[in-house]
Formats: sequence, C-alpha cells, structure tokens
Amino acid sequence: MSEINNIDTKTYLDMDLLRFTTAGSVDDGKSTLIGRLLYDSKSIFQDQLDAIEEASQRKGKEYVDLSLLTDGLRAEREQGITIDVAYRYFATPKRKFIVADTPGHIQYTRNMVTGASTANLTIILVDARHGVIEQTMRHSFIASLLQIKHVVVCINKMDLVDYSEEVFNKIKADYEAFSSKLDIPDIQFIPISALNGDNVVDKSENMDWYKGASLLYTLENVHIASDLNYVDARFPVQYVIRPHSTEYHDYRGYAGRVEGGVFKVGDEVVVHPSGFTSKIKSIDTITGPLEEAFPPMSVSITLENDIDISRGDMLSKPLNQPQTSQDIELMICWLNEKKLNPSAKYYIKHTTKEARCMVKDVRYKVDINTLHKLEDQKEIGLNDIARILIRTTTPLYFDSYKRNRATGSVILIDEFTNETVAAGMII
Amino acid sequence: MASSYNLTHLKQLEAEAIHVMREVAAQFERPALLFSGGKDSIVLVRLAQKAFYPGKIPFPLVHVDTEHNFPETIVFRDHLANKVGAQLIVRSVQDSINRGTAQEEKGLNPSRNGLQTITLLETIEEFKFDACFGGARRDEEKARAKERFFSHRTEFGEWDPKNQRPELWNLYNGRKSVGEHFRVFPISNWTEMDVWQYIAAEQLEIPTIYFTHQREVVNRNGALLAKSDYITLIGNEKYEMQTVRFRTVGDMTCTGAVLSDAATLEEVIEEVAGARSTERGTRADDKRSEAAMEDRKKQGYF
Ligand SMILES: Nc1nc2c(ncn2[C@@H]2O[C@H](COP(=O)(O)OP(=O)(O)O)[C@@H](O)[C@H]2O)c(=O)[nH]1
Repeated sequence: MSEINNIDTKTYLDMDLLRFTTAGSVDDGKSTLIGRLLYDSKSIFQDQLDAIEEASQRKGKEYVDLSLLTDGLRAEREQGITIDVAYRYFATPKRKFIVADTPGHIQYTRNMVTGASTANLTIILVDARHGVIEQTMRHSFIASLLQIKHVVVCINKMDLVDYSEEVFNKIKADYEAFSSKLDIPDIQFIPISALNGDNVVDKSENMDWYKGASLLYTLENVHIASDLNYVDARFPVQYVIRPHSTEYHDYRGYAGRVEGGVFKVGDEVVVHPSGFTSKIKSIDTITGPLEEAFPPMSVSITLENDIDISRGDMLSKPLNQPQTSQDIELMICWLNEKKLNPSAKYYIKHTTKEARCMVKDVRYKVDINTLHKLEDQKEIGLNDIARILIRTTTPLYFDSYKRNRATGSVILIDEFTNETVAAGMII
Repeated sequence: MASSYNLTHLKQLEAEAIHVMREVAAQFERPALLFSGGKDSIVLVRLAQKAFYPGKIPFPLVHVDTEHNFPETIVFRDHLANKVGAQLIVRSVQDSINRGTAQEEKGLNPSRNGLQTITLLETIEEFKFDACFGGARRDEEKARAKERFFSHRTEFGEWDPKNQRPELWNLYNGRKSVGEHFRVFPISNWTEMDVWQYIAAEQLEIPTIYFTHQREVVNRNGALLAKSDYITLIGNEKYEMQTVRFRTVGDMTCTGAVLSDAATLEEVIEEVAGARSTERGTRADDKRSEAAMEDRKKQGYF
C-alpha cells in the first residue's frame, strides 16, 4: 500500500469519499479492526500511539491494544464498552474514509440506524467461532432498511479457527441463506484476522484459498459513484439570499443542496407547493457562475421570474415531479426512551420543511431477529422498528426512500422535549 | 453518466459544511461564529462567505480574547473581519477577571483556556446568541469523535454526553427551550490535512505564526513555549533563539512551537503529512489528563 503521507496536493484533491459503518456484536473485534485500519493506513500519530501503548501496559496487556484508539468517552472507558456513534477518519491515496463506529449491543439499534443513515457501505463482523448469530441478522436487516447498497461481511478471528476455508464457506452459506430475503444489491465476504492483520490491508499468506481482495482494497474500489440519484431533479430551498445591496438590489438566490438529478442553467423548473414554473437564470458561487449543479452540491439558484419562494419549498422539473400527500406510510426506528404516543402530535422534519403530524396507525412492528411482521403489536419503544401511517398538517413533497434517501427520509421530534424521537423512511 | 457527476471528497465536505451553515442561519435567530484567528475558524469564515454569497455573512464573528494571544493573531483577526465585511465582536477574559466572575490560575504558566469558557458563556448571555459556530473537528481528539454537528447545550452551557440528539441523514434538529443554545461544528468531518489542503486550494490568508520564523522559546517539559510576558522562567530554564512555527494559534502560555523551516503552504502541508504527533499534542493543556478535553467540554468550552 502506498502511504497517504507521500501524496501530493493534486492527488489529494482528486480523492473521493466513502462513508461506512461497522456492525457486530460485542467482542467480535470491531474496535480492533478499526484500530488496525487506522494504524496500517498511518492515520495514527505518534503521541496517540504512545498514549495507547502506555494505557495497554497499565491494563496489563501484552500487545498494544489497538481497540483503545477508538474508545471514546470516559463513562464508556470505565465500563469498557462503546455506547454511542463515534466517527473516525483515515485516507489512502484513492479515498478518504469516514467511519461511523457503532456499538453492537442489542439496545443500540438506534446508534446503528444513525450511523447507517449517511453510509455508503456497512462492514458486518462475524466471529468465525460463532458464525451467523441473531445480531448478524439484525445488523443486516438494518443495513437493508436504511438502503445501504454495499455490505462487506468480514469473518473475523480466522486465526482462531486455523484459517479454515470450511468454516468460512459455512458462514458464507448461512449468511446467504437469510440475506436473500433482504434488499442489499452488493454483498462481499472476506475472511480476516483483525488482530494479526490478515486480509485487512494486504492479502494474507495464511489463507491461500481465498481468492478475493483484502478489505482495504475492497473499500478503496467499491463503486459508489452511481449510488446517488442523478435522475429525479430535486432542490429543497434552504434559505433565501437577499443581499439588499446596491449592486444586488433585486437579487434573490435560492440556496440549498441538490438532492437529486441535475439542474442546468436554462432548465424549466416547477416550484412546490405553488406549482408556478420558471427557468433557471443562473447558478451562482463566489468563484463564478456554474452551468449545472448535481448532488450533493450546495449552490444558490436564481430564476427568470420573480415568484414567491421560501424555505421549505422545492424545485423539480415539470416532467418529473415528486409525490405529494398528507398521508404518508413510513418505516420508522424509534430512538427515544419515551414510547410512541398514538395520541400525541410530533414535529416532522423532511428536507428543509418542518410540519406537524400525528400517527394515524401502527401497521406492524418488525421482529428484527426473525423479520416477522407483528401486526398485533402496537406499542413502539426505544429501538423498535415499525411501519406506521402518519398525517401531516401540510402536504409534503417527497419520493420513496428507496428512490431517494434525501427526499424520502424524515425525523420526528417530541413537541415537549424537542428530542429527535424517530427516524422515518417513506415507503 | 453518473461518473462525470462525482464530487471529490473535499468538495463534498465543503458542500456539507455550507449546508450546515445555511441550516443554522435558517433555524436560529441569533447565530454567531466563534473566531479564534486559527486555521479552522479561517476556513469557517470562508465557508460562510460561500454559503451566503452574494450576500454578506449574516452573523457576527465573535472573538473571546484571553489577551494572551500572539499579537500576530490579533492583527490578522482585525484584517480578516474587515476584508470580508463581517461584524466583529471582541470580549475579553480580563474583563471577566475584573468583574470577579473568573479567577486567574496560579502557577508558572497560568492558562486562560479554562477561563475562556466563562467569558464565552457571558458573551452568549449578553448577546442572546442561540447558536455558535465552532471550528472543532472530530479527528482532533477522542472526546470529539462523538460530537454532533448540532451540539445541544443546557441553559448553563453544559454538554451532556449522554443526552445528545441522534443525527440522521442531513436533517438537523435545532429545536430548543428558552435559554438553551447550540454549538454547531460545520467542519466536523474534516481532518487536519483537509483543512490545510483547503486553505491551499482556496488560497486563504493565515496568520504569519503558522510559517517558519525566528523566535525565542523555552523548552518546558518538551513543549517549546514562546517568550512572552506571561511566562516565568524557573530553575535553569532559558530562552533560546530557534527556527520555529506554530501548528495552532492558542495562548502564548500553552501553545508549543515546533522546529520547522516550512515557509510556504506547500511546505507546511508536507510537514503535516509527515507529522509524528497530532496538532493538539503541541498544546500543553490537553496533556493534563486523558479525559481533560471531555471535562472542559462539559463546562462549555466548545
Ligand atoms: N484472536 C483474535 N482475537 C481478536 C481478533 N480481533 C479481535 N480480537 C480480540 O477480541 C476481543 C474483542 O475485540 P474488540 O475489538 O474490543 O471488539 P469489539 O467489542 O467488537 O470492539 C479483544 O480481546 C481482541 O483482542 C482476531 O482477529 N483474532
């Protein structure tokens, strides 16, 4: 592997970005694996290394415990567990990586959903000695629910099963048997030892029988460019720029992030909810105008006509408009200790729009271990996944989550505590 | 078709940061940008310019001045605020000390970093700021790895690690009760290298102390501290002229210099790339304890 440390500015500026999460149950070796990736990609500085060497010694460990690198807050250090989503960074000359490190405890579905919401890829760890367990299925289900297109199943601790091909094949077959029910287009299997580094960065000499790529090579090369939606043009207006200066007297720039499709100067656009149409006059940036804008760019758009547009409105194209409704079917993950209250109202955030909503029906709760639909269970609490029907105070302009993660996702907020209580994916 | 529409990682990070800044401008009534004169806050100012162009930055830059700053930082601060046409608000730790709300640390190189918290919270109270942008990054320190973009603070400015809102997709929840406020970190996902490369790509000006120069420094427990009125020499310590630069622009009392010949951004980047220690490793105040950062954060430092 060539080191990030030797790359020049040009290469650096050309790197793309991969966001991934790691999932596995406690002690499957997540922290060790992330530590190893950081270590082998030279993303660990000397003082950090000194600190963990010292801490490892203090704890009486005979080798440097790389898992200490990713250990966060003090409470967790004391309990020796990870209890929240932590983000890590490393880079190779090809890509920069953002890792959402999420813990594997049963009660922390919430964290995995949070980490997965922005990820392109999930690494699911399986302990080679234990094989596919309930949590493996749960994590895979969440990855599929959150529409993560790429899953890498890392069968870890191969050193403890004599690097056995048989063990690997058995786990792979078991996994494939249940994952066929899920919606994950790209699944790869890699036998590794996070502790010793086998197949993490370099191909392992201990597993000649494995013909695939190492984990890092896989992460560097997985094709993600087409994961975003470049078809359905969607531009939620975030903020209206009105400089009130003599130079820009009547200027109105609609600032926002392109959440789908491509917008070009001259394109005809339709504004929701007003339904007015206009043409794109310019796409402005401080370094000069652009001809076109695409996801996930943050730009400012001006229109030919002076129409009333404010935050929460959306631009699309006349021949490809989002759906609109006040009655919306959602898959949700409940994130809060306080249970879903069927008679309460919640704030709902969708793109840049905020409204209120009430829950009209709990269709079913999902048993995330068996994937069964529990239609008689209406009580939704922390870490539950359910399908619900909501009614919003004003119509939303949306796409299904499967079609567009940005225009198909919502969060629900408690009206009293202001806490984010649910993550919702529009069906 | 898709591949030609691919944003590089730095462009994606820029787009994310601009999105966050616009969310704040839209969701809050009185935002402010905490400006230290350091490279991270310089990047924030640039992103704010981009986010609201051709409008002016719609919030003030706020500097909490410890009065132990490098003079070069202060000159630069005034210059930049003037150049981008932003309102600059300066509040001083010394004023808090004079008011009796803060007390100077005892000891050889008393740090005012802790006191900054007090003055910052007083400033937030004075102007009723409801969201303050900071340039903190998650890669800087372990305690920050779990920080949110929108970090909720209690009425007392405190951060409760157990009570942070989950952040999903790019939907940021800025709802709050009276008196509560937020810290917002638009460049959470940037690394030190990203910041330097961005400064180079955007050709941003930065304070001169980031580049090599001759300066009298004293070696205290491995940290090279700049000669200043705020440091008392002990034992057989003495100042020596060295060729140094700084990797961060904290207080003169606790920001260590590194020996360096890096005179241009390119050379600084080369040095950062080969660096053997994290930038915070040169700050004396972090070393005080492994959990020091977390403690200060709970009190509202960030
Ligand atoms: N033998 C062996 N032990 C491993 C491997 N990966 C992790 N471990 C050990 O398994 C234990 C749990 O690992 P850790 O990374 O803390 O797991 P986490 O709870 O998933 O983060 C530690 O004692 C590790 O040293 C491996 O590949 N082989």
